[in-house]
Amino acid sequence: MIRFVHILITIVVLLIFSSLVFGLERFPPPDFEETDYKIPDTNHITDVVPQQNIFEYIDVAVLAAGLLLSSYLVIKKRSRRLVFMLMIFSLLYFGFWRKGCICPIGAIQNVVLSFFDNSYAVPVTVVLFFILPLVSTLFFGRIFCAAVCPLGGIQDLVLLHPVSVPQWLESALRLLAYIYLAAAVLFAATGSAFIICRYDPFVSLFRLSGHFSILILGACFLLTGMFIGRPYCRFICPYGVILRQFSRLSKWKVTITPDDCIKCRLCEDACPFGAITIPTVDWPQDSYSKSKKLLGLLILLLPILVLLGGWAGSALGPSWARMHANVRLAERIYLENQGKVEGTTDASSAFRATGKPTEELYDEASAIRKNFYFGGWLFGGFIGLVAGLKLIMPSIRKRRTDFQADRAGCLACGRCFQFCPREHVRLKNL
Amino acid sequence: MQTETINRRKFLKKGLWGTCLAGLAATAALFTKKKHKTNTVWQLDPYKCVACGNCATYCVLEESAVKCVHAHAICGYCDLCTGFFEPQPRELDTGAENQLCPTGAIKRSFIEDPYYEYTIDESLCNGCGKCVKGCSAFGNGSLFLQVRHDRCLNCNECSIAAACPSQAYKRVPVDKPYLLKKMEHA
Repeated sequence: MIRFVHILITIVVLLIFSSLVFGLERFPPPDFEETDYKIPDTNHITDVVPQQNIFEYIDVAVLAAGLLLSSYLVIKKRSRRLVFMLMIFSLLYFGFWRKGCICPIGAIQNVVLSFFDNSYAVPVTVVLFFILPLVSTLFFGRIFCAAVCPLGGIQDLVLLHPVSVPQWLESALRLLAYIYLAAAVLFAATGSAFIICRYDPFVSLFRLSGHFSILILGACFLLTGMFIGRPYCRFICPYGVILRQFSRLSKWKVTITPDDCIKCRLCEDACPFGAITIPTVDWPQDSYSKSKKLLGLLILLLPILVLLGGWAGSALGPSWARMHANVRLAERIYLENQGKVEGTTDASSAFRATGKPTEELYDEASAIRKNFYFGGWLFGGFIGLVAGLKLIMPSIRKRRTDFQADRAGCLACGRCFQFCPREHVRLKNL
Repeated sequence: MQTETINRRKFLKKGLWGTCLAGLAATAALFTKKKHKTNTVWQLDPYKCVACGNCATYCVLEESAVKCVHAHAICGYCDLCTGFFEPQPRELDTGAENQLCPTGAIKRSFIEDPYYEYTIDESLCNGCGKCVKGCSAFGNGSLFLQVRHDRCLNCNECSIAAACPSQAYKRVPVDKPYLLKKMEHA
C-alpha cells in the first residue's frame, strides 16, 4: 500500500514537473466557434534548409583544386603572376564570398575537441579542411599559405614596403604562434572556447560586420602588414607552425632557380618574409670551444625551461579555467550562495530555474579546473620545450653553399623568382 | 663518411615523412568513423532559452540571424497578451506606446470575442526576445526564438552561443536544423 502511494506521488510530481517544462498551458487554445478561423501552421520555418550544407562540400572541392593548382603554379609553372591571381581568387571565394568559415586554421580546434569529447563528432568536411593542406604541404611545401589561404591573401595584398625583421626577432616573435596554438588546443580540448575563431582578425573584414574590437585588430594587422610582410602568418598563425614542420619534410620545394645558384646575391633581399637563407661561412676556429660550452649549457637549460614553463602553465590554469562557461557559472553561484555578491546574473538565474543541484555544478567545475591544471602543465611544458629548442637551434650549423628558400619559412609566394638572373636566362628573357 | 651522414639524414627524413602521412591518414580514418559525421548547424533550445536579449546583440551579423517564431497552436489568443503589451499598458490597442516589441514586428488582429491573433513580421524582428520573455512569464510560451538558416553564417564558434547565459545553443545535425516548441496537451 505504501509502495502504491509512493508510486502515485511520483507520478503526480512528474506530471506537475513535466507541465512546468513543456506546455505552460495557462490559457487553453480557443475553439473559435463564431468564425471559421483556422490555426495557422508555424512549422513553415523548417522549409528553410541550411544553404551552408551544400556549400561546405563545394568548399572542400575548391580547396583541393586550389591546392593542386597552387602547387603546379609554384613548383612547375614558377609564375608569381598566376600565383597572385589564384591568391586573389581564394581571397574572394573563401574570404569575401564564403565569409571565412570554415578555415583550416580554425579546424584545428574542431579536430581537437572531437578527440577529447566523444559526444562531439567533427563533420567530414571540417576534417578534410584540416587534413588536405597538411598533406599537400608534405608533398609541395607551404603552397596553401601561398595562394589558398584567404587570411594570407588579404595580408599579401596590402604589402607595400617590406621591412626586414632580424632573424633573432623573427624567431622570438614566432614563439607567439606556438603559444597561440597550445592555448587554442587547451581551450578546445577542455571544451571552453574556440579562441582562434573568436580572435580571428580578418573574418570581420570578410563579413564587413562584427565586433568593433576585432575590426580594429584586423585593421592593425593590415596596417602593420604594409611594412612587415604577413605578420599574422609569420608570428601568430597556429596552423602556420604546424605547416612549418611539415614543410621541412616536403618532397618537392620552392627553389629560387631550378638551375645552379651563381651566388650573385641579387635575391638576398627579395623575400619580404625573410625566408631566404644565405650560404654559410666557415665556423671561426677560436669561437668553436666557446660555442660548444654554450651548447652544453643550453642543453642543460632545456629540461629546466620545460619544468619552469609547466609550473607557470599550471599556475595559470585556475584563471584560464574561467574561459569555460560552467566554471564561471559555478564561481558566480558560489559567491551568491555565500552572500558575497548581491543580485543575480542572467546565467545564475537561468541555472537556478533548471533546478539542477548546485553540488553537481560544483563537481563539473572542479573537474574542468583539474583538466586545466593538468593541461596547464602540458601547455607550459610545450612552450618551455619550444623556447629551449629555439635557443639551441642557432648552435646547430648547417652547411649551405647556395642561396636557398628556407623550407620552413618559405610561404611559396614566388616573389624571388624574378630576382634571379639564372631564371631570366632560363626563360630566355635576356 | 660524408655520404653516410647524408644517407642517415635522408633516411630519418623519409621515415618522419612517412610517419606524418600515416598519422594524417589515421586521423582522417579515426574521425570519419565516428557517428553523426554529418555537417552541423547552430540552433538554440527554446526550452532552455531565458530570453536575455543576447541573440540580438552578439550575432556577428548586423541584423541577427535569430528571429522569433510564433507557434499559434500553443497560443491562447489572449486579449491582454503579455508578449505584445507593455506590463502596464494604457489601453489594449496597437498604439506603439503600449507595445513591448521595439520594432513593432508583432501584428495584433481581432478574430472573435475575446480572441486576438498575433503574427510576426519577420522582416522587422531583430531577435531581442522581449516578447518571448513576456509570453513565457505570464502566457503559454508560444513565442520563442530560433536561428534562421537563411541568415546564419554557421560560424565555427557562434558568438551568441559563447554569450548565451543558459547554454541553450548547440550544434544540431544539418538535416534537423530546428528545435521547435511542441504543444503538450495536458
